[in-house]
Amino acid sequence: MNSDKIAKAVLFLASVIILLIAGGMIYSLVEGSIPAFKNFGLSFIWSNNWNPTRNQESYGALPFIAGTIITSVAALLISLPLSFSTSLFLGEYYRGTRLAKVLGTMVDLLAGIPSIVYGLWGFYVLRPLLIDLGLPNQGFGIFPASIILAIMIIPYATSLSTEIITMVPGELKEAAYSLGATRMEVIFSVIVPSARSGIVAGYILSFGRALGETMAVTMLIGNANRIPESFFGTGNTMASVIANQFGEADGLKLSALIAIGLLLFLITGIINSAGKLIIKRME
Amino acid sequence: MNENTIKIKDPVLSIGNLSVSYEKGKYAVKDVSVDIKRNAVTAIMGPSGCGKSTLLRAINRMHELYDNIETEGKLILNGKDITDMPTIQLRRMAGMVFQRPNPFPTMSIYDNVIAGFKLNGIRLKKKDRDDIVERSLRDVTLWDEVKDNLHRKGTFLSGGQQQRLCIARALAYDPEVILLDEPTSALDPVATARVEDLLVKLKENYSIIMVTHNMAQAARISDYSMFMYLGELVEYDKTKNMFTKPKDRRTEEYLTGKFG
Amino acid sequence: MDATSKILRDNLGRRTFKDRYFRGLVVFLSLITISPIVLIIYKLVEKGIRQISFDFIIQTPPDTFEAMTALANGELIPGGIANGITGTLMMVVLASVLAIPVGVITGIYLYENPGKPMANLTRNISDILQGVPSIVLGLIAYIWVVKPITNGFSALAGSVSLAIMMLPMIVRSTEETLKMIPQTIKEAALALGVPYYKVILKVLIPTGFSGLLTGILLGISRVLGETAPLMLTALGSTMINLDITKPTSAVPLLIWEFYNDPNMVDLIWSSSLFLMAMVLTLNLLSKRIAARTK
Repeated sequence: MNSDKIAKAVLFLASVIILLIAGGMIYSLVEGSIPAFKNFGLSFIWSNNWNPTRNQESYGALPFIAGTIITSVAALLISLPLSFSTSLFLGEYYRGTRLAKVLGTMVDLLAGIPSIVYGLWGFYVLRPLLIDLGLPNQGFGIFPASIILAIMIIPYATSLSTEIITMVPGELKEAAYSLGATRMEVIFSVIVPSARSGIVAGYILSFGRALGETMAVTMLIGNANRIPESFFGTGNTMASVIANQFGEADGLKLSALIAIGLLLFLITGIINSAGKLIIKRME
Repeated sequence: MNENTIKIKDPVLSIGNLSVSYEKGKYAVKDVSVDIKRNAVTAIMGPSGCGKSTLLRAINRMHELYDNIETEGKLILNGKDITDMPTIQLRRMAGMVFQRPNPFPTMSIYDNVIAGFKLNGIRLKKKDRDDIVERSLRDVTLWDEVKDNLHRKGTFLSGGQQQRLCIARALAYDPEVILLDEPTSALDPVATARVEDLLVKLKENYSIIMVTHNMAQAARISDYSMFMYLGELVEYDKTKNMFTKPKDRRTEEYLTGKFG
Repeated sequence: MDATSKILRDNLGRRTFKDRYFRGLVVFLSLITISPIVLIIYKLVEKGIRQISFDFIIQTPPDTFEAMTALANGELIPGGIANGITGTLMMVVLASVLAIPVGVITGIYLYENPGKPMANLTRNISDILQGVPSIVLGLIAYIWVVKPITNGFSALAGSVSLAIMMLPMIVRSTEETLKMIPQTIKEAALALGVPYYKVILKVLIPTGFSGLLTGILLGISRVLGETAPLMLTALGSTMINLDITKPTSAVPLLIWEFYNDPNMVDLIWSSSLFLMAMVLTLNLLSKRIAARTK
């Protein structure tokens, strides 16, 4: 065999490793969750019972699926006006200026802050503030978790929408200006419609981020293993229940946690694929 | 006004001592004073970088979109001082057509035509809207080609059709003057000829100012011509006169192909 | 004056007001967006700076009792996070050793075979891997390493979870970097009869080196602060451990432990400040490299 063939084989092999890792992940998660699904059937997904007492163990994923979706949707809604404004700031109003450069770097840095640091800040700074504002449960719950999550996902939506907004052709904007539109009217009738799919993709990807965030949420959500009673109540997410309960888990409980991991993997996989698909369509 | 500039009676637009600079002290347009003939096609010619587009864009004050551009001078349109008029009102009176066709890709053909009304928050009755769309598209001889596809996106049209759609968009808003910035430079010869015919026809009802880098085009369709060089207005005359007996040496050199 | 002009004159004030108001709103909300970074760094510096010292880097943490005594006497809590620093370094280096070769080579494969079904599949799978929550990667490393290989929590398991996290980032940044290298450079080398692997090693990788480095540094800065997967794999240790098959601490794991121990609260801030300084330095460094090569 000549060296060219070997080189090509090595390149191929590396990408096979990636596929094996992905395939192996699915296999291991499925295999690990079999005991849970054998015991509780598919109703594991929509059962809301979480009882680790020996001999009457019963596990269901619904409280955590609900907690995950509620916090992530809320985080997305809270982050929406912020990341939309920031991408207009960076990609339209102050595009190319030093001010935008500074602000853009700071937004990038937001993405670099470790989850646990966000959690600490939420715990020691945000929570007391919310207690003062009258939030129950010592300031823990869905609401504070959503706020922190919102801050955490802003950079993801912002960077993609900024990029797309910057790409809207100047000729289109000038056409609208030449008809007498104000800047705000140009933004809403030309820029946003043209950049729509990119902006949406950015929000979907940031939503995917929110679904899987662990530490900051764990530190704020209150870790109550039931379906949240209200937006200001406590709850738990799929990621945070794994982090919380893993230490003392074995047997059926471990399997239930792995099954929750599998569900989380599937949900984030679907959301992210949808986001990437929209981006691919645009190209 | 310099001696090589003719006077126009009852001009549609009168530009007084207009200067535009991109950086302090560097003028893209230097102290231009000129009157524009009503119901005629006026061409602005000159080598690239002479400031012809800059002059055109100063008329509907597009330069105000960019912080680094300074404009001085006076603009009078149909007797109204538009120098400091809110751009919302001014741009209604001056329609603009750009180098490359730029219909709004997210709007249908129909919505593109009435974009001037929609963008400015003017609600029209369905019937009025339909009338405006039909009249404008007929004006640009596009009606028969698109009347069955009015609610499709404009992007499936050919380049020439798109440019006529953009002219219709400017006409629909009923401007007092139409500004065209090299409107055929991105079109093929056949589409160019159609747009040229159209402009000649439109001058019955509109006053047209057109930037062109194409002398032959200016000679074919314009009634009056300006020749600009290095930001200055060198000569302004009836096109006929300018092409037969230019007054300035630079105009002559340009027209005979010595530079440009 | 026709009807349209009249409407324009009438709505002029309202529209210009709305336009200005909206711009103000955009600026205001943008400032709110970046305020957390300022507030967080301020808080970390304010609360953490006094604990930072040489001892903080070379000593292990005190036990609860020592910390409590120090608190009661109004002194600084003694000790540091040496076990976390060594653990983080060890796991990140090991994860890099695992992820960088596979990631870079896969990136080269994607660049060399654009449009091939296998390349498209790999690219898509790698995109999906990039979106997998880190806690799930912790579960995976637990199933793959903790149970069958090291028979217990270990630095190796932690490294594996971090490596899977870095892998897709390196793959994509490698491919993107190589795409920017002009095709002619590669062709020039091939035209000289240079073997394929040498073209890769001597032409592609050196030409795109700073781009690759940027991607790798960003990947490292991303995993440096990861806590969740390490809780499921490396677990933590009160002492410095350099055996990759044994439980090991890491700076983020220590922060988590301090957070859960009321006596240690003061150490949270200095550890977080230290971690943030590492992450942000790497982050800015990689951006600097990227900006310089553009």
